[in-house]
Amino acid sequence: MKKYTYTEKKDTRSGFGAGILELGRTNPNVVALTADLAGSLKLEGFIKEFPDRYVQCGISEANMMGVSAGLTIGGKIPFATTFANFATGRVYDQIRQSICYSNKNVKICASHAGLTLGEDGATHQILEDLGMMKMLPNMTVINPCDFNQTKAATIAIAEFVGPVYLRFGRPVVPIFTPADQKFEIGKALVLNEGPDVSIFATGHLVWESIKAGEILAGQGIEAEIINIHTIKPLDEEAILNSVRKTRCAVSAEEHQLNGGLGDSVAQTLARNYPAPLEMIGVHDSFGESGTPDQLMKKYGLTAEAIVEAAKRAIARKM
Amino acid sequence: MEIENLQHIATQVRRDIVRMVHAVNSGHPGGSLGCTDLLVALYFDVMRLKRDEEGKAIFDMDARDEDVFFLSNGHISPVFYSVLARSGYFPVSELATFRKLDSRLQGHPATAEHLPGIRVASGSLGQGLSVACGAAFAKKLNKDPHFVYVLMGDGEQQEGQVWEAATFAPHHKLDNLIAVIDLNGQQIDGPTNLVMNNRDLGEKYRAFGWEVMEMKGNDLRNVIDTLKEAQGRAGQEKPILILMHTEMGYGVDFMMGSHKWHGVAPNDEQLAVALNQLPVTAGMEDY
Repeated sequence: MKKYTYTEKKDTRSGFGAGILELGRTNPNVVALTADLAGSLKLEGFIKEFPDRYVQCGISEANMMGVSAGLTIGGKIPFATTFANFATGRVYDQIRQSICYSNKNVKICASHAGLTLGEDGATHQILEDLGMMKMLPNMTVINPCDFNQTKAATIAIAEFVGPVYLRFGRPVVPIFTPADQKFEIGKALVLNEGPDVSIFATGHLVWESIKAGEILAGQGIEAEIINIHTIKPLDEEAILNSVRKTRCAVSAEEHQLNGGLGDSVAQTLARNYPAPLEMIGVHDSFGESGTPDQLMKKYGLTAEAIVEAAKRAIARKM
Repeated sequence: MEIENLQHIATQVRRDIVRMVHAVNSGHPGGSLGCTDLLVALYFDVMRLKRDEEGKAIFDMDARDEDVFFLSNGHISPVFYSVLARSGYFPVSELATFRKLDSRLQGHPATAEHLPGIRVASGSLGQGLSVACGAAFAKKLNKDPHFVYVLMGDGEQQEGQVWEAATFAPHHKLDNLIAVIDLNGQQIDGPTNLVMNNRDLGEKYRAFGWEVMEMKGNDLRNVIDTLKEAQGRAGQEKPILILMHTEMGYGVDFMMGSHKWHGVAPNDEQLAVALNQLPVTAGMEDY
């Protein structure tokens, strides 16, 4: 197992804040919008340097999505920011008609996704956003894993033309990807090569998968760990290449099993190369209040759960 | 343009509308006929649009350095398509494909088929004012002095998003935005004041910080005069709202004054009666 270390932990939303500040300096068309959550989305730096390109929308997310679509008419690149719940489910029809069907160059940037939002509870812990967004034609869906990758993804989506959903979170997590990485949309990243089982992880579960890989290595199992930062378009080639070798897989995500990464991996395998797949995610339930660590443990989104899933997948190999 | 010529165009557009919905036995003639004078006034007189040497409109998705119009109540697509075609955005003959398979003229306006003149999809109500706010904001950022126009329905005012946008526009001083509400008093289930009473929309918008005007939407002279007056009132840090009093189905007597022709097409006999009331004028031709 390749060794991954970190010297610092930061929240992925701060990676977004760093990315959009850099974009502000390099791309005069970038505009940042928020719905009364500028602080939570780490927009302070951008607002200070570029007050004219900052659009406060107040607590009206539906309008923010429409305003974003309108800003593209005139060549702007709007980054519409709020919590993941209010950026997706609350405004699904606005995204569907004014952004995706109209194919507008809007970047929906959503923080506080998933259980790791913590104490605020299930009203805010959206676990369905990836599914809702990936179902929309024209939409690209990205879920980076740490500060550096979120910053790189933020910068990359400004270059890409088309609607994007960029999902990140609130808790501090290890920074283990390179600061100077170039983010390639739709390109899965192999973090460790191994013959025994493929682990496809996204977002906060990538670090858990690395920890799981270390535990498995201690037990003589070498896992192939792949960071699927882009849920759509899915890097099917990377998934199939890995599973053709390992012949079994685990998916891991901070999301409902319905509609998430695992669901996409399952489709890919079923259509191309059927193989056992164990899925780590939330089983058709809402979240609840608690600390992020408590919640991830209770809902089974940990390195230990991934280890057990990997063993089940291996046991099911034909 | 001379008012007489504009009236001829409006009559031809109304012919297009009833023929288009008759041809596919679907679509929304009532609101389309009621808003014909507004769209003709905008596209043939009031708006400053990019045009070629022959005067045909040229489409630029970004609408840089030109006025721009958004149709929020997308179901009145027949009038929009007819006016766009007759402005030169696409061939008039293409009106015959309305609502048919593989057409660029979808039931409700869409950008997916790349029909020149359409900048955003509409049909699901309540979204157009927000989009217009964004476009008006972009014009401010671009220091582009042109106007953004948007048309909404009166039934549409029941959508919550409209009031989010109505709050947003004055807050951000979008005084390059001219919104029009088609006040025909009708919606699918009946008269608007019985289905869900909007009460005094002028007072509402005024309270939200808008400059509010009224016009007679089926009097072309009054439409043009009011739109020009609205331009004169722009630039005062307030968006402008025009309450446009119209008659649904205007121009075809049996379609007027009722919500029954909101989304119903005329049959062969009714079409003949309607076309008799909308005579072709010199220089105009059916598609």
